[in-house]
Amino acid sequence: MDITSEQALVDAVKGADGPLAVRGGGTRGVPVRGAVMSVAGLSGISLYEPGAMTVVAKAGTPVVEIEAALAGENQRLAFEPMDHRALLGTKGTPTIGGAMAANVSGPRRISVGAARDFLLGVRYVDGTGAVIKNGGRVMKNVTGYDLVKLMAGSYGTLGVLSEVSLKVLPRPETHATLVLNGLDDAGAVAAMAQALGSPFEVTGAAHDPSRQETNLRVEGFEASVAYRLEKLRALLSATGAQIDVRDVAASDAIWADIRDVAAFHGKEGDVWRVSCKPSDGPAIAARSGAQTWFYDWAGGLIWLLTIPGHDLRQAVGAFDGHATLVRADAANKARLGMFHPEPAGLARLTSKLRAQFDPKGIFNAGLMDPAA
Amino acid sequence: MEMPIPNPDIVARKARVVERLQGVLPPDAVIHDERETRAYECDALTAYKCPPMVAVLPSSTQEVSDVLRICHEEGVPVVPRGSGTSLAGGALPTADCVILGVARMNDVIETDYGNRIIRVQTGRTNLSVTGAVEEHGFFYAPDPSSQLACAIAGNIAMNSGGAHCLKYGVTTNNLMGVKMVLMDGEIIDIGGAHLDAGGLDLLGLVCGSEGQLGVVTEATLRILHKPEGARPVLIGFDDNEVAGTCVSDIIKAGVLPVAIEFMDRPCIEATEAFAKAGYPMCEALLIVEVEGSDAEIDHQLELISAIARRHNPVELRQSKSAEESAKIWLGRKSAFGAMGQINDYMCLDGTIPVSSLPHVLKRIGEMSDHFGLKVGNVFHAGDGNMHPLILFDANKPGDLELCEEFGAEVLKLCVEVGGCLTGEHGVGIEKRDLMHVQYAAADLNAQMAVKDVFDPAWLLNPAKVFPLDASETRRAVKIAAE
Repeated sequence: MDITSEQALVDAVKGADGPLAVRGGGTRGVPVRGAVMSVAGLSGISLYEPGAMTVVAKAGTPVVEIEAALAGENQRLAFEPMDHRALLGTKGTPTIGGAMAANVSGPRRISVGAARDFLLGVRYVDGTGAVIKNGGRVMKNVTGYDLVKLMAGSYGTLGVLSEVSLKVLPRPETHATLVLNGLDDAGAVAAMAQALGSPFEVTGAAHDPSRQETNLRVEGFEASVAYRLEKLRALLSATGAQIDVRDVAASDAIWADIRDVAAFHGKEGDVWRVSCKPSDGPAIAARSGAQTWFYDWAGGLIWLLTIPGHDLRQAVGAFDGHATLVRADAANKARLGMFHPEPAGLARLTSKLRAQFDPKGIFNAGLMDPAA
Repeated sequence: MEMPIPNPDIVARKARVVERLQGVLPPDAVIHDERETRAYECDALTAYKCPPMVAVLPSSTQEVSDVLRICHEEGVPVVPRGSGTSLAGGALPTADCVILGVARMNDVIETDYGNRIIRVQTGRTNLSVTGAVEEHGFFYAPDPSSQLACAIAGNIAMNSGGAHCLKYGVTTNNLMGVKMVLMDGEIIDIGGAHLDAGGLDLLGLVCGSEGQLGVVTEATLRILHKPEGARPVLIGFDDNEVAGTCVSDIIKAGVLPVAIEFMDRPCIEATEAFAKAGYPMCEALLIVEVEGSDAEIDHQLELISAIARRHNPVELRQSKSAEESAKIWLGRKSAFGAMGQINDYMCLDGTIPVSSLPHVLKRIGEMSDHFGLKVGNVFHAGDGNMHPLILFDANKPGDLELCEEFGAEVLKLCVEVGGCLTGEHGVGIEKRDLMHVQYAAADLNAQMAVKDVFDPAWLLNPAKVFPLDASETRRAVKIAAE
């Protein structure tokens, strides 16, 4: 089913007699069953006001199209959405609706917020075929419940997005990356905490244990970047690490690789993504049974590569956070579940919410709620 | 303002409800004498008052759970209350309700500078969260102007903002986890010290739900290191439209100030007479503040000044010191007090797309003439959040009603130009009946369906947010079940 208008989306949902596999570009490796319903045909930027830092686009608009329009005005999607294609071997074109539905945020999450923090408003079609709007196109809006946040990260299980409004930010004049060499996991997480606990506005903090390389990104006006790099260098000199600086071009490549998990491209095995308290990161990684891993978000996001079928959640045990199985074959994804099981109280609330939004249980059925 | 008729059956059972509450709380935590419940008759929207049947002041999550379980069993509505600073009537009681105040729950449970979080009980005031971490150089970013008094519980309920949210976001962008008690007494935890709570974003849903989904007793908040410094520039223009264009040009130039404040002529005149901040008499004043080291601040202020000069400002004053900064902020910070010296006022809170600023200010001016009520505009210009202050005389019969009618027209205008009814104060009772202007019946139904899940009997703060006619059948379920 290719949808090219919101009305067609309404008709398709109302006429559905079984599960629908809701997708944008289909690049995020989300295992769903049912008739494929793509909103990639609902495409185009409907409004862009650079002076108000807002853009409104139909859900199927390619992320690259939005990024290009923003670049023309020296702005950007500050949450730095990851491109999953090389990691997952998927084809297709990532859409803004897909990025929002999966709440896809990159390294800058730690300083500016997640995709959900940039979503100002939505239009979506619920499971009964009703068109619902929530939020709007202004940055401050507390009018009624925030269903915008609820739609972000709901992976199409509550409704099918038809249009999104986003906050965008200015693109800084320049950026650079401070590289600390030779730290172990715990030392790197401590160093990243120290950097983020400073006034020097670090916008990326990642550590690759295989190279013992810790990256800290600074963005802003040229003089500011130079100043803050020097301040950070002084602050972190006590770590004993050898410290280098990478300029814009090298820095761009470093953060694109971290964002897209390039370290695991072309490598066999399952890929897990763990969100945790940053200081817990090294201990979680150590007991995960993974073959290799690296840290983003100052240690609060761990990407791990395991042998196929490994139950990382069982190996790690209880912790403050959650583990998502991003890449695995269909059988293992079905067996282990893509999403972390929730405590009973939350699971009960979410399944009741789902029944309100999608009473027929047709949208990406069972994806986030395997028990249902 | 219409409120539901108190349920006489509940009021008749007051003694029994009080007795049950006294069974789970210390004696001084159950307030039921009519002379004492009066202290809870309103919040900062003082035009509306109604003493509650009972007020309770629990000291722990378990006590909150016990109170809610009892009220659930007894079918008694519960109105949660932080510090009672809501300008929207979010904590306005009904005569058949129990006010649940969290003021006694104000402990810091954990501070963790390495992970940049603080965990607090939600009765703690906004400013004292920063107070708990500032000796280590940290702060909690959302800064509503009532921050000295307002509680984190209320901040979460209303998703409060502040002057600095252009850079740091509002409450929802700084909230990482909550412990919350549902109406039936169940205690749940959402999120924690990690980013992006798993599953559906219930944290985002709870934040801004105006105390209608549960009572939040603990919160994990993101804390940040303070910037090295901050200084503003004051820019005066002889034309609102030019000031609006200047704001837009600053943003387009890639500078992201921490705050951009706007005041119009009536507001400038009032504050100047009151605070003598040395403001120029002109049509529009901007205060633009940036952060960083001294050199970084100078660089950004110079960029902003260069943009401003292209628009022929009548005044351009870069702060060079803490004293000069304080003087520039003095007028803005006294604006509400200054307007209050002239007369009673009503503070609106609509948000508009920044590009609509000149049009909206012009229309408000026309409305001011039409209604015969003066209005001053203070405005978070970077994010479009307006605060028109409409002056009226509370002692003059009909003036409040006229002012409310004026206010409603302004808010309708905000929606008409693509904005919303409330940017940071919340709907409460104040904007409740205007929700139809912004949302269609299906949109409101989708929101009310969420409350059905968390509070099926509609006992938590039931008369707020949704127009009474829209929520009537849902609120009636409770009565039918009794």
